[in-house]
Amino acid sequence: MSIHKRDDILSSEITDENIYLGRREFFCKAAKLGFIVPGLKFGTAEAAGFLNLFSPIKPSALPDDKLTSFQNITHYNNFYEFGTSKSDPAKYAGMLKTSPWEVKVEGLVRYPRTYSIDDLFKTYPQEDRIYRLRCVEAWSMVIPWRGFSLAHLLKKADPLGNARFVEFWTLHDPQQMPGQNIPVLEWPYREGLRLDEAMHPLTILATGLYGKSLPNQDGAPVRLVIPWKYGFKSIKSIVKIRLIDHMPRTSWELAAPNEYGFYSNVNPSVNHPRWSQATERRIGEWDLRKTLLFNGYANEVASLYTGMNLRKNF
Amino acid sequence: MNVKWIKFLVFLICLLPLLRLVLLGLFDGLGPNPVSHLIHSTGVWSLVLLLVTLSITPLRRLFEVSQILRLRRMFGQYAFFYGLLHFLIYAWFDQYFEWQGIWRDIMSRPFILVGFISLFFLVPMSVTSTNRWVRRLGVRWWRRIHWLIYPSAFLAVLHFWLEVKRDIREPLIYAILLGILFLYRIGYAFLCGRTKPLLNSNQDCAGVQR
Ligand code: HEM
Repeated sequence: MSIHKRDDILSSEITDENIYLGRREFFCKAAKLGFIVPGLKFGTAEAAGFLNLFSPIKPSALPDDKLTSFQNITHYNNFYEFGTSKSDPAKYAGMLKTSPWEVKVEGLVRYPRTYSIDDLFKTYPQEDRIYRLRCVEAWSMVIPWRGFSLAHLLKKADPLGNARFVEFWTLHDPQQMPGQNIPVLEWPYREGLRLDEAMHPLTILATGLYGKSLPNQDGAPVRLVIPWKYGFKSIKSIVKIRLIDHMPRTSWELAAPNEYGFYSNVNPSVNHPRWSQATERRIGEWDLRKTLLFNGYANEVASLYTGMNLRKNF
Repeated sequence: MNVKWIKFLVFLICLLPLLRLVLLGLFDGLGPNPVSHLIHSTGVWSLVLLLVTLSITPLRRLFEVSQILRLRRMFGQYAFFYGLLHFLIYAWFDQYFEWQGIWRDIMSRPFILVGFISLFFLVPMSVTSTNRWVRRLGVRWWRRIHWLIYPSAFLAVLHFWLEVKRDIREPLIYAILLGILFLYRIGYAFLCGRTKPLLNSNQDCAGVQR
């Protein structure tokens, strides 16, 4: 499995952020001082897409893929609770108070429980995992999360025999989340998974990234990450996890049922009605990449969907 | 200030959005998704300039500043220029200049088709925006061709509307502005009889008396 345990992360990968920022700074300074011809800047790795233009399109997953910079992970967010522009969350997520914070686990379980964030940290050991994130808008990132498998939490809650689905809720508080004053979606944001998807070891509850606690704009204090599904399934700032016996409605599915299905597995051959899903743009790069079935995690998760028509169950 | 200077100034001002993008590109300021930034910015400027072009006539009538009619052609050409840039950036970075892929995209995605038709309508207007073409076509035909700005602007707003995922507030603003410009013309035609010809035979297409 391509789960990276804490030990697998090379420290060099983590410091990449600093190198990135350092290089950026160097070029900005140098360019401002007129030390380099601006055109030369296009030769740097970041902008190399300019030169690669007519070479074959790379797949979205390569062994030497770089982590997306901390700056970009925290300044290019879809988090409509803080505004619909990608730069809004970084500006306004400071209004969210993440402590104290409670997460309720309820519904069809033997042991319902309300966790404080401290409880979560104490009960479940945190590990680091590097995952690709593919947004439904055809861009992607590589993110070093910190968190734990949702399965651990669900096992402790002990689902009843008739539990089939898991429903997740984001905090609903327009005071702290001003975007909720605008009816772009049905608030609070809701998401759902089939129980076996939720129990899959790749599905994690994330509490941090780049080895630090989760920035608010990335879904603090705790969010879901399902790496083989489009990003909007990975619900942020969770306050409730409920086990139920029927397929829940989700916010995006309610908003546009023909565009956003319950499953929303990454699939290059099933296009969004308004744009292609065959390719994606890695944030920070200029060139396109080929999108992979289940975002490149097919070996791990394809068995969840054997015999299912992925075009119909999009 | 004489008209030549004003025209020159407006010419430079209309270049600023492009200059800004070039500088941001050179200094790594286009943000996390540079291609998207370029496509959005050029698309919005094209639309804004179309609306500016369309507001020349009402402004001229309301404020009786007939001189500004001389700027209309430049605004129109710039709208086309930014629309073309918008398309070329898409053709380059989204399609790698594969014309088959572009054609497939146009035919399979309504929002791209709508944008394409909008741009397509701008082409004959751009080509015929010279005094020579007015003479060659005659004012009647010239005006017929340039009536295409209405469907073009309408389709550009529709293109924007279809592109946004959920939050329609921004395209809505453009739709309202366009609606006002349309209503003004309908109202004018209704109150003042048939729309006064913007041109008569002894004016060139920039409204200048021959
Ligand atoms: C063949 C012609 C065209 C193509 C292929 C095209 C393509 C696109 C694409 C791909 C986007 C979305 C960019 C993204 O999601 O990152 C877009 C957005 C847009 N386009 Fe076009 N376009 C065309 C013509 C036009 C024209 C003629 C105008 C204006 C007069 C225009 C105005 C816009 C606007 C305003 C947006 C939205 C920008 C935003 O969301 O901020 N487009 N176009």
